[in-house]
Amino acid sequence: MAIFLTENSKILVQGITGSEGTKHTIRMLGSHGDIVAGVTPGKGGQTVTAEGRDIPVFNSCQEAVAATGADVSVVFVPPRFAKAAVIEAIDAQIPLVVVITEGIAIHDTAEFYAYAESKGTTRLIGPNCPGLISPGKSNAGIIPGTIAKAGRIGLVSKSGTLTYQMMYELRDLGFSTAVGIGGDPVIGTTHIDCLAAFEADPETDAIVMIGEIGGDAEERAAAFIKDNVTKPVVGYVAGFTAPEGKTMGHAGAIVSGSSGTAQAKKEALEAVGVKVGKTPSETARLMREIIEAR
Amino acid sequence: MDLYEYQAKELFALHGVPTQAGDVVHTPQAAKEAAERIGGLVVVKAQVKTGGRGKAGGVKLARTPAEAYDVAKDILGLDIKGHVVHKVLVNPAADIAEEYYVSYLLDRANRTFLAMASKEGGMEIEQLAVERPDALAKVPVDALRGVDRAKAEEIADAAGFDASVRDQVVNVLEKLWDVFVKEDATLVEVNPLVKTPTGEVVALDGKVSLDENAGFRHPEHEALEDPTQTDPLELRAQEKDLNYVKLDGSVGIIGNGAGLVMSTLDVVAYAGEEFGGVLPANFLDIGGGASAQVMADGLEIILSDPAVRSVLVNVFGGITACDAVANGIVQALALLEEKGEAVSLPLVVRLDGNNADLGRQILRDAANPLVELVETMDGAARRVAELAAQGA
Repeated sequence: MAIFLTENSKILVQGITGSEGTKHTIRMLGSHGDIVAGVTPGKGGQTVTAEGRDIPVFNSCQEAVAATGADVSVVFVPPRFAKAAVIEAIDAQIPLVVVITEGIAIHDTAEFYAYAESKGTTRLIGPNCPGLISPGKSNAGIIPGTIAKAGRIGLVSKSGTLTYQMMYELRDLGFSTAVGIGGDPVIGTTHIDCLAAFEADPETDAIVMIGEIGGDAEERAAAFIKDNVTKPVVGYVAGFTAPEGKTMGHAGAIVSGSSGTAQAKKEALEAVGVKVGKTPSETARLMREIIEAR
Repeated sequence: MDLYEYQAKELFALHGVPTQAGDVVHTPQAAKEAAERIGGLVVVKAQVKTGGRGKAGGVKLARTPAEAYDVAKDILGLDIKGHVVHKVLVNPAADIAEEYYVSYLLDRANRTFLAMASKEGGMEIEQLAVERPDALAKVPVDALRGVDRAKAEEIADAAGFDASVRDQVVNVLEKLWDVFVKEDATLVEVNPLVKTPTGEVVALDGKVSLDENAGFRHPEHEALEDPTQTDPLELRAQEKDLNYVKLDGSVGIIGNGAGLVMSTLDVVAYAGEEFGGVLPANFLDIGGGASAQVMADGLEIILSDPAVRSVLVNVFGGITACDAVANGIVQALALLEEKGEAVSLPLVVRLDGNNADLGRQILRDAANPLVELVETMDGAARRVAELAAQGA
């Protein structure tokens, strides 16, 4: 089954004619992503040829959805045009919109998030995220398709490279779905949304949750796990050495005063029985023990 | 980007939030002249991007221009929580009848904006939130609807402002929302918002943080940056578009991806415990590309930090293959040598992921005696910490 993204997902790529859009369209096609359409305003009628397929380009999401039945959009549009692109996808009632773009203004994200909420027909993932992959089934975003095979671990992470690292360490066990939710202060899909979906997914046996400094998403996820998650969860938190008041790469990764620290997040997770690894490798080991004991 | 009080107040004035005109000066003499122009009692305020100025002696009253000279002399050069005062704001000293608080900020948990307001301003808001939570009204603001007159009234009434000042506070809330949205701020705060004895409501102090990701809409914001407040190495990194944060340790760190680099810092710090508390010297995320030029730029910045004793390059080949990264490292070392800045410190490299074997082979073939390959992240962290301890 996997979560959010399955073998039946039909993907459209917004910004397909840009260099990133084209590059990752090829990569997605090479790892079971069924790319059915592209959207670039003003370039409707063109085609993008990738992996031996001719992918039609449309001027708008509305047209692309009408012609192809696309039900997932992956957004590679540059930051200043991202809000308009996401709103267009929401208006086309695309059920899953994955925003890869990094560097979107916070007021823009807050607006399109509120817009998605008000419409109620679109799940947003990101922005500033690597997207999600259900290995062997589909790939929507920039997660390399060759890292890990299909399996029964669910992964949710704020960080792209830590997602890759963790998938690599557990590549022989494999993943149902790995979701990179993004490192911005405002994101669509949260740790909690993914935990709930993995808990309900019969093809997921255990969950790895990767967090980092900033905000209190991990603390809230811990509270959610306590009451709602029966599957084993292993956690990792990055940023113990981050100084207060400095943004560590991701716009949302900042310790403000005493809030948002890695220590507080680790303690909150451990308090509800989540085993938290000191390093990514130790976290992978903890997960391996759980899977191998089954 | 956090602004100085005087910059925040300039934005307030631009959008119609009632505030005080004042003079920003760098010398006691200029403070004296400003006090002469203003006339009467003035307040001289340290301009630093941190709280607690009052307690630290950074805000003082002056009855005469001569006194303004003296207090400015005291305040300029003061170190307030690590921030040295280079300029002061000279404002007419307002008589204060009452102190209030209003702000707009991002509410990450609820993924919306939040208005906060209180009739009890003046003290640190974190303190008020803990000691008198009932006195602090918190009203969610929908990002699409924003704050119109009715919403501003809702916020003012939630905080229970008296009828005598309600309309003025509502006006401040409406105009302050304009500052928040039109300037692409992530925080606008007025503390205190005061009522003068004659009943006027004025923003006496202000805090504004601007969203750097919205810079494309605000070319004018660039002028608000103060390069003297940024670490010189961070400034150089910015010029090269590198994501670098200076830290206090001795192990230089280069990695790809913010999460992996943060994690690398932690793992090095853990490993460093064994070697007398070796710590990371920096955060540096070179992103997906890892070309020779980016690698060379990164190494150059790290190596110009005199505290650095060893360097860890920790790359996971996801989109970028490790052979490309390895070639980048080899070429970067050559580039630096050509420039006469040959690397003289040990470099521990951990490559994993896509084409890792190929990448490692490239580094082995290059046979640079300073480059040491370690296969795992934990092992690499241990080795680089050990090398830093030896080099100390």
